[in-house]
Amino acid sequence: MRSKKRFSKDDFELTMLAMPTVLWYLAFCYVPMFGIIIAFKQYRPIPGAGFIVSLIKSKFVGITNFKFLFATPDAWIMFRNTILYNLVFIVLGTVITVALAVMISQLRSKKMQKVSQTAMFLPHFLSWVVVSYFVFAFLSTESGLLSKLLEMWGMDPVIWYMTPEYWPYILVFVYLWKSIGYGMVVYLAGIAGIDESLYEAAIMDGATKWQQVKYITLPMLQPIIIILFILAVGRIFSSDFGLFYQVPRNSGPLVDVTQTIDVYVYKALMGLNNIGFAAAAGLLQSVLGLIMILAANWVVKKINEENSLF
Amino acid sequence: MRTSRREISAVERFNRISVPTNIIFTTLFIVLALLCVIPVVFVAIISLSSNDSIEKIGYSFMPLEWSLDAYAYLWRERVSIGRATFVSVFITVVGTILGLYLNATMGYVLSRPTFRLKKFLTYFIFIPMLFSGGLVSSYLVNTQMLRIQNSYWALILPIAVSSFYVIIIRTFFQTTVPDSLIESAKIDGASQMRIFFSIVLPISLPVMATIGLFLSFGYWNDWFSAMLYIQSSHQELYPLQYVLISIERNMEFLSRSSEFMGPDSSIGKLPAESTRMAIVMIVVIPIALSYPFFQKYFITGLTIGAVKG
Repeated sequence: MRSKKRFSKDDFELTMLAMPTVLWYLAFCYVPMFGIIIAFKQYRPIPGAGFIVSLIKSKFVGITNFKFLFATPDAWIMFRNTILYNLVFIVLGTVITVALAVMISQLRSKKMQKVSQTAMFLPHFLSWVVVSYFVFAFLSTESGLLSKLLEMWGMDPVIWYMTPEYWPYILVFVYLWKSIGYGMVVYLAGIAGIDESLYEAAIMDGATKWQQVKYITLPMLQPIIIILFILAVGRIFSSDFGLFYQVPRNSGPLVDVTQTIDVYVYKALMGLNNIGFAAAAGLLQSVLGLIMILAANWVVKKINEENSLF
Repeated sequence: MRTSRREISAVERFNRISVPTNIIFTTLFIVLALLCVIPVVFVAIISLSSNDSIEKIGYSFMPLEWSLDAYAYLWRERVSIGRATFVSVFITVVGTILGLYLNATMGYVLSRPTFRLKKFLTYFIFIPMLFSGGLVSSYLVNTQMLRIQNSYWALILPIAVSSFYVIIIRTFFQTTVPDSLIESAKIDGASQMRIFFSIVLPISLPVMATIGLFLSFGYWNDWFSAMLYIQSSHQELYPLQYVLISIERNMEFLSRSSEFMGPDSSIGKLPAESTRMAIVMIVVIPIALSYPFFQKYFITGLTIGAVKG
């Protein structure tokens, strides 16, 4: 039998040091993970008993929750919305952010670089609640700037918060507005890390600016782009609750274009009192998210071992 | 004497983009920068517009009449709004300190190469990054097992630790705290607890500042915890962010203290629209004023974070 090395005093002290955080993870991550079986149960809190006892004693209903969930039109809409928005976010977000990062790094005035980068970073630090007020300032039917401008130009008024057609564009715009500055910072750090001598050598060979970007900057940024891509694909079934719930002000007529999985889960949990459906949707989201991130990482690993995340 | 301006190399000068391109790019970035800042300015202007102006011409960059009514109103309601500000500041301060402790100790422990449980704990913090129990079971665990609803704990604990932060801190310790320093302290008989607090922490201020900022902006901006766990029977626990949500439809939260005045004794109309925007300003101003000074720490964090785990 292999003799195990004893647990030294040092190991003991380190374990004690990590203990509070370990307990945090158990309470806030691992117990909820165990709690996902709620999706297969008809959960009823038993008065006086804790969550775990109630959970175990609740009636096991198999995949009934999933069956009923997919019998509603909500299921199709929320999965469609979540995936389509994320695809648009990933493609537009990556292309625009990388392009702007490369462009800003080329500005002649360093001061201009610094100032515009700082300004564009601001939205990242604001909460969705604050952003929802910004959007409201422009779109409010009674007083919004955009509504007033339409009125001034003699165009038909649009009741923005009741007109679903516009919201896919508004949401994509607001998402890009809030996230581009952050992405630019990440890519700019990557650009700053590229070895100057590569460019010098390219200039000696007479490379144009465009060729330098195409053959040096972009290939050197590729690892960061891929890592962020894997992470984004892993989150393709998740959505920013604030963007889809706060920004459209939870407006009923917009549900078709604003209901994502997270919005549905929240509403089902809080309002409809339908924990089973919410749990079923949440479980699918978690499991599919796990599959997506493992798959994306696997594919990247096949192509290029070094670029994989883990 | 050397000038403070950075000399740019001949190559760099040669390789600059052409003047017309530079003009186009500069214009583009001026427009984008304005696009990001203007909503804040706009909301500030609305908060300073008079009620009449808003009623007549709507929200406008050039109100017919400026007014401090909204801020005067907030001052009169300082009991409720002050309470919410206190809650926001309190959870930000306590949450940041607690979060730093929890993330940093775990980061330190994982950075020790000889630790027996290193591998186990690395998986332990990594798995939640890939898979989570979801909102429903978190909600039920927090409310029915931990029973932290309607308390400060609900606003502080759920977002105190992040595996992402732990990994950033671990990477920092691995790369910048020399093993020999810790080994020699151990030989001198210091306990790990002592080594962590009196040797490691003092030389790790940059990463602590970074994570501290991530945490404090996170707490200041958090509204989701309050929305989930603070019921309307506990309005004294509403942070500013949640006040903004609850006054979206009615101003009741603020006017509680003037209830006794009765409906017909109120003098003039309550400046509801500008007051909402004034509260937005209370939330935004501390951020807008501080982040330009802190952004370098954020950038450090993002760059360390990009190192693969």
